[in-house]
Amino acid sequence: MTDRTHNRAHEARDRAEKQGASEGGAAGPNGRIDWHSPQMLARLRRRHAANRRMKFIGLAAIVLAAGLLSILVGSLLKSGLPAFRQTFITLEFDLKPELVKPQNMRRGNWRKIVKEGLLRALPEDMRKNRKLRRKVLKIVSRSAPYALRDHVMENPHLVGRIIPFDVLASDPYDQFNKGLIPEYIVRGERKRPNPKLGGPEVVRAFRVLKEQKRVHLPFNWGLFFNADSRLPEAAGLAGAIVGSFLTLLVTFLISFPTGILAAIYLEEFAPKNRFTDFVEININNLAAVPSVVFGLLGLSLFIGFFGVPRSTPLVGGMVLSLMTLPTIIIATRAALKAVPPSLREAALGVGASHHQMVFHHVLPVAMPGILTGAIIGMAQALGETAPLLLVGMNAFIPDISNMGLTEPATALPTQIYSWADSPERGFVSRTAAAILVLLGFLLAMNALAIWLRQRYSTKW
Amino acid sequence: MTENRDITIETAEAAQERAAATPAGEDKSRPTSPVCGHKCKFITRNVNVFYGEKQAIFDVSLDIPDRSVMALIGPSGCGKSTYLRCLNRMNDLIDICRVEGTFLLDGEDIYSGDIDPVLLRARVGMVFQKPNPFPKSIYENVAYGPRIHGLARDKTELDEIVETSLRKAALWDEVKDRLDAPGTGLSGGQQQRLCIARAIATRPEVILMDEPASALDPIATARIEELIDELKENYCIVIVTHSMQQAARVSDRTAFFHLGRLIEEGPTEQIFTAPREKQTQDYITGRYG
Ligand SMILES: Nc1ncnc2c1ncn2[C@@H]1O[C@H](COP(=O)(O)OP(=O)(O)O)[C@@H](O)[C@H]1O
Ligand SMILES: [Mg+2]
Repeated sequence: MTDRTHNRAHEARDRAEKQGASEGGAAGPNGRIDWHSPQMLARLRRRHAANRRMKFIGLAAIVLAAGLLSILVGSLLKSGLPAFRQTFITLEFDLKPELVKPQNMRRGNWRKIVKEGLLRALPEDMRKNRKLRRKVLKIVSRSAPYALRDHVMENPHLVGRIIPFDVLASDPYDQFNKGLIPEYIVRGERKRPNPKLGGPEVVRAFRVLKEQKRVHLPFNWGLFFNADSRLPEAAGLAGAIVGSFLTLLVTFLISFPTGILAAIYLEEFAPKNRFTDFVEININNLAAVPSVVFGLLGLSLFIGFFGVPRSTPLVGGMVLSLMTLPTIIIATRAALKAVPPSLREAALGVGASHHQMVFHHVLPVAMPGILTGAIIGMAQALGETAPLLLVGMNAFIPDISNMGLTEPATALPTQIYSWADSPERGFVSRTAAAILVLLGFLLAMNALAIWLRQRYSTKW
Repeated sequence: MTENRDITIETAEAAQERAAATPAGEDKSRPTSPVCGHKCKFITRNVNVFYGEKQAIFDVSLDIPDRSVMALIGPSGCGKSTYLRCLNRMNDLIDICRVEGTFLLDGEDIYSGDIDPVLLRARVGMVFQKPNPFPKSIYENVAYGPRIHGLARDKTELDEIVETSLRKAALWDEVKDRLDAPGTGLSGGQQQRLCIARAIATRPEVILMDEPASALDPIATARIEELIDELKENYCIVIVTHSMQQAARVSDRTAFFHLGRLIEEGPTEQIFTAPREKQTQDYITGRYG
C-alpha cells in the first residue's frame, strides 16, 4: 500500500505547490493562469536577463583565460623561437700534419688550425692585425676545435688536405647575427662597443665573413640531437629527452599494470566494506599529495633504504609512478563505472562468469577511457620537476652515448630548471625553447589521448 | 504421475521432499501442468525477496509449465522483474538482495550448492527490456555464449549454432550478409531479436523476457510476439509485460502480481474474461496501474 499512498501524497503536494506559485500574481480571477500579466512578463524578462548575464560572464571568463594563455605562449615563442635556428660559419681548414699530429690527434693543436682557418678567410690587412689575431677566435664557439677534431678523427684520410667545414658561431656572435644583442651599448651620452663581442675589429671581421656568405642560420637540429654543454651554442636536449623517455618508461611499466589491476579489483571484485572504503579514500588522497612529498619519499625509501642508485631514470621513474598510480587508478575506475550496467547484465545473462564479464566485455569498452587516463597521468609525470630534483635527476650529461636505466641522467623539466639557472644569454632563449619542446611533447600526448578516445570508443 | 496433479496446493515441504527424494533431472518427478497438459518446468514455493530491509516479494508460489508462455502482469513496482530475476539468479548480483523460498527447475533446487549460477544462466536465458547486444559483431554476439560454455567443437559447429540461432530468432535473412557488422548498428527490433538469438544459442530450456518489446515500435513488437509464439514450441517462456493486450495475445497462462504478492494465476483466457479476484478485475479493466 505504501507506494500508492506515497504517490498520492506526492501529487497532492505538487498541486499545492503549483497553486502556491500561481498566487505569485499570475492567476486570473477565475483561477486560469494569465500568461500575459505584468508580473508574468516581468518575471520572463528577469529570466532572459539572467540568461544573457550568464552568457556574458562565461564569455568574459573564456576571453580572459585565452588571453592569459596567449600571453604565456606568446612570450615563450618570442624568446624561444630564435633558439630553433643556430649560426654556423663555413670555413676552410688546412689540416697540416704538424698541427694535426696524426699519431695522436687528441694532442693536435686544433685551436690553432681553427684560428688559421678563420684568418685565411679574411683579407690581407686584417690578417696582419695583431689585435684581431689575438681575439679572432671569439667569433667561433669554444667547441669548434673539438668538433673539427672529431670530424677528422672519423675521417683520417683528410689529414694534409684543406677541407671546408661548418663550425658553430660563439654564443655572442650567434645572438649578434640574430639581432638579439647590439654592436654598441648606449648608456646616456656614452656609446661603447659591446664587450661581449670582443671589440670593433672582431665585429668587422665577422662582417667580412658575412659578406663572403660564410655565415648561415639553419634550423637548429643540435637543440634536439646535442647533449648538454656549458656552452649555450652547443647545448642540446638529447640527454634530457632520452632521460625523460627512460624515466617515463619505468613509470609506465610500474604504474600502468599496477594501476589498472588495482582499479579492476577495487571496482569489480572487492567486497564493499570498511577496508575497501579506507583504501579508496587513501587513493583519492594520494592523488592530492604534493609531488615534492613523493620526491622525499623516494629519496629516503628508494635511495636511502632500498639502495636504488641516485640520479637515475630508475629511481626517477619509481618516484613518478607513485604519483601517476592514483591518477591511473581513479581514471580506470571512472572508465569502468561508465560502462553501462546493461552490458554487464547481457554478459552474465548468457552465463559469463564474473571474470569473463570483466575481461571480455567491460574492459574492452572501458579501455579508451583507461588509456586516456594513463596518458594524462604520464603527461603529468613528464612535466614533474620537484620530485626529480630531490632524487638528483638533474645531472650534467655532456655525452649521451652511455645513458641507461641505472646511469645518472636528467629529464626535460630538470634540464629546463638547470638552463634557467645559467647566466649566459644563450641559455635564456634555450630555456624558452626547451619549454616549448616540453609543451610540444605534452600537446602531442594529449592529442594522442583524444585521438585514442575518438578512434576506439565504443559506438552504441 | 497422477499423484502430482494437484500441484497448485502442494506445500513447500512436500516439494522439497520430492526434490530430495528423486535424483535431480529425472523426468518422473516433473509434474504435469494442470492446464496445457505439458510438464512443469519451474516450481516455486513461498518465495520472499528482500532488498535490504524492504521486502519486494511476499510468499509467492507459482508453477511454470514447459513449452508454453507464462505472462507476469501487474502495476509497475509490484515485483515482476524481481521475481523473474530470481529464476536465473540474476538477483545474486545485487548485494542487498536476499532471496528465500524454493525454486525447482526440473525438480532441481537452483539455489542449492549443486547448481552453479553460471551454468544455470546458460540453461535459463534472459532477454532484457532494453536491447543490449554486445558492442561486437553480430556473429560474436551469438557465438559468445556457446564459446564460453564449450558447446561447439570447432568453427563449423559454431557457425552452425550461430546460423540456427539467428534463424530461430527470425533474423538470419536480414543479417546473413553482414555477420561481421556490429550488432549495435541494427535497428531496435533487430537488436532485440539478436538478443533473443544470443539467448537461444546456449540451448536454454527456459527463456525469461523482461518487457522485451517495451522499447520497440508496434511493427517490431508484432515481430517479437510472432517469434515468441514460434519459440514456445520448444522452450518454456516467462514474459513480463506491462501491456495487457500483449499478455492476452502471446501467453497461455497469466499471473497477476500486486504489491509483491501473487494475486491470481490461471489460463490467460480465464484471467482476462473471468478473474476470480476483484483486484485482478480492477487492474485489467484499467482502474489502476
Ligand atoms: N536493486 C534494487 N534495490 C532496491 N530495491 C529494488 C531494487 N530493484 C527493485 N527494487 C524494489 O523492488 C520493488 C519491485 O521492483 P521490480 O521488481 O522492478 O518491479 P516491476 O518489475 O514489477 O516494475 C520496487 O518497489 C522496487 O523499488
Ligand atoms: Mg520491471
